[in-house]
Amino acid sequence: MTKTGAAILWECLEREGVQHVFGYPGGAILPAYDALKHSTIHHVLVRHEQGATHMADGYARASGRVGVAVATSGPGATNMVTGIATAMLDSSPIVCITGQVGSKLIGSDAFQETDITGVTLPITKHNYLVTRPDDLARTLREAFYVARSGRPGPVLVDITKDAQQSSCEFDWEAARPQLPGYRPDLSPTPKEYAQALDLIQNAKRPVILAGHGILVSGAMPEIREFADRTGIPVAMTLLGLGALPASHPLNLGMMGMHGEAWVNQTIQDADLLIAVGMRFDDRVTGSLKTYAPSAKKIHLDIDPAEINKNVKVDVALIGDVREVLRELLPQIQAADCSEWRDHIDGLKGDAAVRDIQNLPDNGHLYAAHVINDLWRETRDGQTVVVTDVGQHQMWEAQYYKHDQPYSLITSGGLGTMGFALPASIGVKVACPEAEVWVVVGDGGFQMTMAELATMVQENLKINIAIINNGYLGMVRQWQEFFYERNYAATPLLNPDFVKLGEAYGIRSLAVSERAGVIPAVQAAREHDGPVLIDFKVEQEDSVYPMVAAGAALHEMIRRPNPLEETAEDE
Amino acid sequence: MMNTFVVYVENKPGVLTRVASLFRRRAFNIDSLTVGRTEKPEVSRMTITADADPDQARRIEANLYKLVNVLLVENVTQEATIVRDLAMIKVSAQHEERSHVLELASVFRARVVDVSPDSLTIEITGAEDKIDGLLEVLRPYGVLEMVRTGIVAMRRGKKSGALAASATNGTAQIAMDDDASQSV
Repeated sequence: MTKTGAAILWECLEREGVQHVFGYPGGAILPAYDALKHSTIHHVLVRHEQGATHMADGYARASGRVGVAVATSGPGATNMVTGIATAMLDSSPIVCITGQVGSKLIGSDAFQETDITGVTLPITKHNYLVTRPDDLARTLREAFYVARSGRPGPVLVDITKDAQQSSCEFDWEAARPQLPGYRPDLSPTPKEYAQALDLIQNAKRPVILAGHGILVSGAMPEIREFADRTGIPVAMTLLGLGALPASHPLNLGMMGMHGEAWVNQTIQDADLLIAVGMRFDDRVTGSLKTYAPSAKKIHLDIDPAEINKNVKVDVALIGDVREVLRELLPQIQAADCSEWRDHIDGLKGDAAVRDIQNLPDNGHLYAAHVINDLWRETRDGQTVVVTDVGQHQMWEAQYYKHDQPYSLITSGGLGTMGFALPASIGVKVACPEAEVWVVVGDGGFQMTMAELATMVQENLKINIAIINNGYLGMVRQWQEFFYERNYAATPLLNPDFVKLGEAYGIRSLAVSERAGVIPAVQAAREHDGPVLIDFKVEQEDSVYPMVAAGAALHEMIRRPNPLEETAEDE
Repeated sequence: MMNTFVVYVENKPGVLTRVASLFRRRAFNIDSLTVGRTEKPEVSRMTITADADPDQARRIEANLYKLVNVLLVENVTQEATIVRDLAMIKVSAQHEERSHVLELASVFRARVVDVSPDSLTIEITGAEDKIDGLLEVLRPYGVLEMVRTGIVAMRRGKKSGALAASATNGTAQIAMDDDASQSV
């Protein structure tokens, strides 16, 4: 039957299972918005297009479904760039729909014209410019398929205004994807499996490095069985947290720049690394020259381009992590690594990130205490924590013990400040039953706080914990360590966050001492609308331990005597 | 070392940009890139040469495959191939020099395609070093202008690029050669 491009757009989205989109209207996308009234899709009106992309991203990460963001041409589309790049680096499946000026005007520098397919070419998995309604259905089907298959990622579909307005015959069945060159389903050869099994069977000091790919492919039961059956300890990447419960006896905790010292030491001492759905980012390897010098390496990943990119590996098992683990599982045996585990247990005494948990309650409020108390209060429920980027993000990763998969949503690869608040809206829309907590710094919060209005407008029960130290804390920390405490442009003059929250109709409170943390968390949980808590924490506290950029993984900067630090703070 | 890739891509707008942009953003250096039609209207063929060690060459191949419009990548560096570059060289040739230049052209089996009172334009096809050789000997006469197409490459013998048109719908289908692998 004949439909306009605008009607085809929404019908295709519905057929792809889309129930919510996050968007912002404008001239070149107006025909699509006009047709929205005939659709069952709920449109969430954001306050800035960057927010729409982070919401779609949060939605996708929390639910595993493709998130959708909509914007107009020109500035609407360019405002999406940061969110698209964020989704690209963290392999998050989102589809961005942008309006474009009429096809006859393309190339004329028309009002609000931007070559957004050109702009987003390096930061999308794929993108399209659609100038005819006839191409729309097939393009949208391809976009969703490409976004969610293989290594997921963002896909942008730019639709000219005339393609939305004019009509054509719509036939969903006939509009099948035509992607002759796209092969997302790779699998290892029997020889590669045999080589991997041989290395696993002969390892004396093996470690599993568990990454985001496990969560993306849903391989949590498989990785757990793999660890249980072999007895091989598991170190986690930031984005892998939750892939194996933090309370699992073989879970060592987070590795890398702010990982537990013993985890990094374990990796350096290992004779075999089994990397599963992770990509040896510089934040987890430290200096590559000195990284795990005596270890053989097996790399399980779906993306062939990740193999030997940063770390040269001995065996690559390219394929969906879940499928590959399932193939390996029947063939693996228990490894005799009790001696190795004893060695690691010996290192655990050296638990720098636990330092602060044992600090006396002396009236100072430490961010780590806030996070740890939040964890103790919310661990019983179905809680999703959405973090921003910086010190609070690392403290959260260290002190909030994630037992559930998909219970931490954070911007890892791109490190996008301003991610948390909008992403939490996407999470809550995708998972209305979940208890959603935003943990965000005072800097990152102010980057996208306009989305408070979106939260209120959508009547979403989200709790916001601002870790407010009056600085761009992680930058300040680097200035302290590496730039002789020259705090250039890092002190922040903040608004009164309580008044700000109240202006949006959000129940808001401030906490400045330890005793106030748990009551505030409880009050937030009991209130049936959004709550904002301004935690005023120690201003010059730092995240320990830390591997300086470019240093060896085991060379960590440790916390100075913690009691001295509190004393000098006055 | 210099690697030669034969890349089959969908014949669609923007695909060249995607390939070129990939090399730029992954910091691989393109030495030469040619693109043109093939025996199938929906498929274009690129010949790309790039300086890369074996690991980088594998990553170039893997990254090319990540582009949705890329159909097949063959690294033919170690294969028996015919490689051709085409150059047009405009060389200054006054009366007394003309016969010398013509002689040199004929030694290199190059053709003169344009003549003016004080210059000759020579067309030469061949492997890059042959063209470099001619250029070298023409330089003393004064090379006024030169253009080269960049190389195209094709495997020798019957074994051919593994793209075959599907009989049913005419869209490009991939059939892998025994030794053509997308795995790394």
